[in-house]
Amino acid sequence: MSTILRSKLLVCCLLILLVLAGCASLQEEATLTVFAASSLTDAFDELGAAFEEVHPGVQVVSNYGGSSQLATQILEGARADVFASANEAQMQRLMDANLLEGSPELFARNYLVIIVPASNPAEITSLEDLGKPGVRFLLAVPGVPVRDYADRVIGSLDQDPSTSTFHADQVYANLVSEEDNVRQVAAKVALGEADAGIVYSSDVTPDLAPNVKRIEISASRNMVASYPIGRLAGSAHLTIAQEYITFVLSEQGQAILAHWGFDPSSID
Amino acid sequence: MSVLAAGMLLLLGIPIIALLLRTLSVSVEQPLMMFSQPVIAAAVLSLGTTAISVLFIILLGTPAAYVFARYEFPFKSILNLLIELPIVMPPVVAGLALLIAFGRRGLLGPPLAVLGIELPFSTAAVVIAQVFVASPFYIRAAQARFASMPRELEEAASIDGAGSWRILTDVFLPLSWPSLLIGLVLSWSRALGEFGATILFAGNLPGRTQTMPLLVYGALERDIHAAMWVAIVLIGLAVGALVITRLLARALSNSKDGDLLSTY
Repeated sequence: MSTILRSKLLVCCLLILLVLAGCASLQEEATLTVFAASSLTDAFDELGAAFEEVHPGVQVVSNYGGSSQLATQILEGARADVFASANEAQMQRLMDANLLEGSPELFARNYLVIIVPASNPAEITSLEDLGKPGVRFLLAVPGVPVRDYADRVIGSLDQDPSTSTFHADQVYANLVSEEDNVRQVAAKVALGEADAGIVYSSDVTPDLAPNVKRIEISASRNMVASYPIGRLAGSAHLTIAQEYITFVLSEQGQAILAHWGFDPSSID
Repeated sequence: MSVLAAGMLLLLGIPIIALLLRTLSVSVEQPLMMFSQPVIAAAVLSLGTTAISVLFIILLGTPAAYVFARYEFPFKSILNLLIELPIVMPPVVAGLALLIAFGRRGLLGPPLAVLGIELPFSTAAVVIAQVFVASPFYIRAAQARFASMPRELEEAASIDGAGSWRILTDVFLPLSWPSLLIGLVLSWSRALGEFGATILFAGNLPGRTQTMPLLVYGALERDIHAAMWVAIVLIGLAVGALVITRLLARALSNSKDGDLLSTY
C-alpha cells in the first residue's frame, strides 16, 4: 500500500473518531440513563418525559429489565446514572459493591395479583386454584424480585394446610415456564398461551386490561413490594440524577406512579 | 489494508479470548459446577432436541431439496425464498410467528387442541423452533448439490426403471453425502445455538424447555460463572462443528466429481 493511501486512510479514521467523540460529548451533557425494573416500564416512560419537560436540554433514556439482570449489568460495568429496583435485595447488591452514591430511597409500593386470560379457560378463582391439575401457570425466573414475592405468596398455602385444597408443590408442578421478566409473564397470559400468572398489580396496564382478568390475592397472604431508587457512584451527572430522584418523589412524580397502579411510598 | 483486516480480527477474536480468560481466572477452581443438576439437564435437553431436530431436517429437508433442484412448478422462486427466509429472519420474529401459528390462540391452535396437543411451553415446541430456524442451512446445501448432478445420471437410472425415490436414495444420496453432511452440521449448530424463537415459543423451564443457550442467559443473573462455563462448552461445540465442515469440504475437493462418478 502506498504511503499516500495509507495517510489518507489514517486521516479518514481520525475524522471518524472525531465525529464519534463529538457525538459522545454532546450526549454526555444531556443524557440521563435510568435502569429500571420492567414493572416500571410505563410509569417511568411517562416520568422521563415529564422530567424532560421541566429540565430542557436533559434527555432521559430508560432501560428496562428484570431488576436482577439490571443489577448484574451494572456490576459488570454498564453505565447508568440511576437505578430503580423492584426490591431492596437487588439494590443491596450494588450497595455491597460500593456502586451507589448515598443511600437509596423508597419511592413506590406494589402488590401481587393473579392474572388469567379474559376467558379464564382454567376457571381460576383463587390462589389455591393454581394447584388444580392441568393449569398452565407462569412465573418469572428465580432471582427476579416478583418471583421472590410470588414464592412467598405460594408458600403461604402450606402455612394453613387445613384450609387449602391445593398446596405449594401442586402449584409448582403446574409451572410451564419461568419467564425472563414480569412483563413477559403478563404478555403470555394476555396472549392466552398460559392459564394464569402472578404479576404486580401495576402490570395490569390499560393496554393489557381488556385481555386479562385480575384475581386478587387476600391481604393476609399478599406481599407488598417496595421499590428503592438510587444514584450510581460512577455517574457523570450526579446532580441531574438527584433532581430526577427528587422529581420521582415529588407530588407530580407520585401522581404519575399512582396513575400506573403503584401505591405511594409512605415510608414508615 | 492489513490494519483494517487486523481490526476485523480483533473485533471477532477479543470477545472469545476475554470470555476464556475471565472464566479460567475467576473460577478455575469450580469447573465442577459444569456437572450441577441444571447444567446437566440443559445439556441433555439440548443434545436430545437437536438430535430429533436433525432427524426431522433430513427426513423433510432432503425431499424438499430434491424437488426444488429437479422440478419446475408455479411460484417456485417465491417458495424457495420462503424456505431460505428463516436464515435472515430475526429469531424472535420466528418465535412470535410460531406462537401465532401453533399457539393455543393461534391459527392451528384449535384443531391441535381437538387432537389433545398443546405445543407452547413443551419440549416439542423446542424442536419445532429448532427445525424452523435451522433447516434452511441443510436444504440450501442439499439443493445446490442436487442441482449440480448431471442429468444423464437420472436418465440412465430411470431407463433402468428407477422412480424418483429410488433416484434420490440410490443415486443422489451416495454421491452427495459429504455436501449434505456439511449442511447438516451447520443446521445442527444453528439448532444448538437457538435462543430467541425458543424462549418466545417454548418458554424457559429447567428440564423441559431450558436448553443450554437459555441456561446461559438465565444463569447470568444468579451464577455468572456457571453461565460462562456453559458458554465455553457451547463455543467448543461450535468450533468442533466448524472443524468437521472444514474436513468434509477438504475431502470433497480432493475427490472430484469425476472420481465420484467413476466410483458409481
